[in-house]
Amino acid sequence: MSVTGKYFLNSRKGAITQQYPDNRDTLKMFERFRGEVIMPHDENNEHACTGCQKCEIACPNGSIEIIWDRGIDEYSGKKRKKIDKFVYHLSLCTMCGLCIDVCPTDAIKWGQNFENSVYDRTKLTRVLNKPDSKLRAGIED
Amino acid sequence: MPETAAQITEMIIIAIIYLGIFSVAGLFLVFMERRVAAWFQLRIGPNRVGYQGLLQTMADALKLVSKELTGTVKADKFLYNLAPYFVIISSLMALGLIPFSKSFQAFDINIGIFFLIAVSSIGVIGILLGGWASNNKYSLIGAMRSGVQTISYELSVGLSLLTMVLLTGSLQLSEMVEVQKHGWLILQGHIPAVIAFMVFMIAGTAETNRAPFDMVEAESELGAGFHTEYSGMKFAYFFLAEFINMFIIAAIATTVFFGAWLSPFGITESLPWLGIIWFLIKTFALVFLMMWFRWTFPRLRVDQLLTLEWKYLLPINLVNIVVMALIVWQKLTIQF
Amino acid sequence: MQETTTINNFKSEEYFINMGPQHPATHGVLRLLLTIDGEIIKKVEPDLGYIHRSIEKMCERDSYQQIVHLTDRMDYLSSHINNEAVCLTVEKALELEVPDRVKVIRTIIGELTRIASHCLWWGVMGMDVGALTTYFYGFRDREMINDIFEETCGARLTMNYNVPGGLMWDIHPNFVNRVKKFIVHFKTKIPEFDRLLTENIIFQKRTKGVGVLSKEDAISFGASGPVARASGYSCDVRKYHPYSALDKVTFTEALQTQGDTFARYVVRIQELWESLSIVEQLIDNIPEGEHRVATNAVIKLPKGEYYQKVETARGELGVYVVSTGTKNPYRLKFRSPGFSNLSLLNHIAVGGKIGDLVATMATLDLVIPDIDR
Repeated sequence: MSVTGKYFLNSRKGAITQQYPDNRDTLKMFERFRGEVIMPHDENNEHACTGCQKCEIACPNGSIEIIWDRGIDEYSGKKRKKIDKFVYHLSLCTMCGLCIDVCPTDAIKWGQNFENSVYDRTKLTRVLNKPDSKLRAGIED
Repeated sequence: MPETAAQITEMIIIAIIYLGIFSVAGLFLVFMERRVAAWFQLRIGPNRVGYQGLLQTMADALKLVSKELTGTVKADKFLYNLAPYFVIISSLMALGLIPFSKSFQAFDINIGIFFLIAVSSIGVIGILLGGWASNNKYSLIGAMRSGVQTISYELSVGLSLLTMVLLTGSLQLSEMVEVQKHGWLILQGHIPAVIAFMVFMIAGTAETNRAPFDMVEAESELGAGFHTEYSGMKFAYFFLAEFINMFIIAAIATTVFFGAWLSPFGITESLPWLGIIWFLIKTFALVFLMMWFRWTFPRLRVDQLLTLEWKYLLPINLVNIVVMALIVWQKLTIQF
Repeated sequence: MQETTTINNFKSEEYFINMGPQHPATHGVLRLLLTIDGEIIKKVEPDLGYIHRSIEKMCERDSYQQIVHLTDRMDYLSSHINNEAVCLTVEKALELEVPDRVKVIRTIIGELTRIASHCLWWGVMGMDVGALTTYFYGFRDREMINDIFEETCGARLTMNYNVPGGLMWDIHPNFVNRVKKFIVHFKTKIPEFDRLLTENIIFQKRTKGVGVLSKEDAISFGASGPVARASGYSCDVRKYHPYSALDKVTFTEALQTQGDTFARYVVRIQELWESLSIVEQLIDNIPEGEHRVATNAVIKLPKGEYYQKVETARGELGVYVVSTGTKNPYRLKFRSPGFSNLSLLNHIAVGGKIGDLVATMATLDLVIPDIDR
């Protein structure tokens, strides 16, 4: 009884529980937190994915699908692989991190979003590269 | 207005007032339990509905009222529906006897304390009926445990109160309080009274089926015990009755041991209306003690429960009565 | 079922009761078929398979890097140790020597996992015997460890921090400080655990002499971990087959001889102290170096059979790999501690009350996904 009594008296000092969703604005995840896979784009709408498909092979659940094509690279003028759509099925993802571990160009990263629930299942299938985005210059496999 | 009509009107008004007290006290106790538990457990507890969450239980009650009443197909419908009313009516009847203050007591009969004990043990019939009629094995086990437990601990409750009756010489609650103007009974009766108080609190906790004696519900063993199959308002009746019973046990202890509405050393004797506040302060202190028990101790096993009663509490009680009788006989009581 | 027994001239009937798959005391989707006579248990039959995901079969499909994350989902409370077991097996087969830094970090996180698991167990143990407050105190301390994991590994429970050949990332710069803070914090909390539950007379009455398992039975049922050590069977894999950095630390194996529920409880509390001391010995001596040795992108184990066992929070976890030289294992078998520990439940629970069964099950510390896989 003494232990619980002590905690009862000290209860005003603060609870150990998180005041979610009141703290939604201030709650910040650690930078390594594995929320979802994102593909960062810079200000010129360019990403770093070369479409090498290593992540697709590394994924144990088939949650990454890359639809690619060959096209003329405007920087080098050579014909090379280009991604058309980087499809990411969040509903299949187990957050193992193997795709990000294996990515040679750091094109995909972990996002810190922790509110992944949606009302519609189709929203869980995402295309990570933005429309009309291009490969950043100087990225090689 | 003819006399009978006036009487009936009076009764109805009193009944409505008591129903009001009943529901407010019940809802507040549920809220208090949740907040106290949260503070013990380093949480915050309900704080959304109303100021500091005061209306939380009101919202829960509304939810329960609007819920669909479900039941098992093979349940004995008549008994199944009857059971919650037994539980709730018994605790409501007991509430009528509590002397909140000198003038605030619905009926002050000469066998007051005896009546209280008798009425509060009717509730177990409701629990037994509920467990039996739901046609569920878990409910049945819970109900049987409840029967065993309440019948056993009834003895200790009765005997520990009897010890105090030796001091007051009356079963009427108002007279019991009058005696305490010369010092609360727990002081008047010193050692045996303290023992009787401890026994009463243990047995009272057991009689209301609260942890550490919550064999009836025993969440980790029986799911929810006797009210597994109840839903909506019928479940709420059981739930409210449990909390009102806790309040009643604390109120009896206040009346018998701690001088009911009397202020300590008569400091506010000139202001009689303060009596109800003193009464509530004392009662809620005891309720808090029972909550403290609940959130600290592990649950007893069913055989240990009976061992505690029959092998320890009952002999202690019997010896205690003899000691108290000797003290009263030799006039060794402390009086101011 | 209609069998009637005569005890002391009173006739009594046995009846069936289904405990689970949804029951607060079975900690998951375990279903127990109880045969009860009043309150006394006559027979306990565990019914498994409610959370079977065929992890072993999935492993035959996956590459060795991919297998690691599946083991998170087995015994989710000691996921790091499960990961470590697979990685150690692969490293053993490849004859790959991982750097000392990796070994030490693996051991520290492994022991922290054990503490976290035992904290949760302590809370749930209290809840199973009816003391609801323990749950929150146990979780408070577990939360601190989970935060440490989240910062370093990126996830709180299914960490997947190990890869064959090392660790996925190096430790976070805050890691050492946070762990030190936790050690100081937790040293004041274990005595509180003792005061709240261990020294409680009701708790002792509930657990002493309940569910007694003799040393012989512990061995013949294949029990391992705290369950076996409470019966006096010294079987700590960390002691007898030290892996990672466990050969560099000194610790005593928690042993009790009574074999009852209380002994199993005490063994786990002692393990909290031991794990804490292991972490304390290592946290200041993390050697510098690489956090990972490069392996081939496609790992192919040489043809053969490999076995590696580790001590999870529940007991001995064995990983048995049969390789035919391809990138997938031909067969992979997990020897999970929960399965063997569950098998002795019927043996020790018969004759007790329903309350005893719940207390006994709590100290077996079952994690159902570990049993079903």
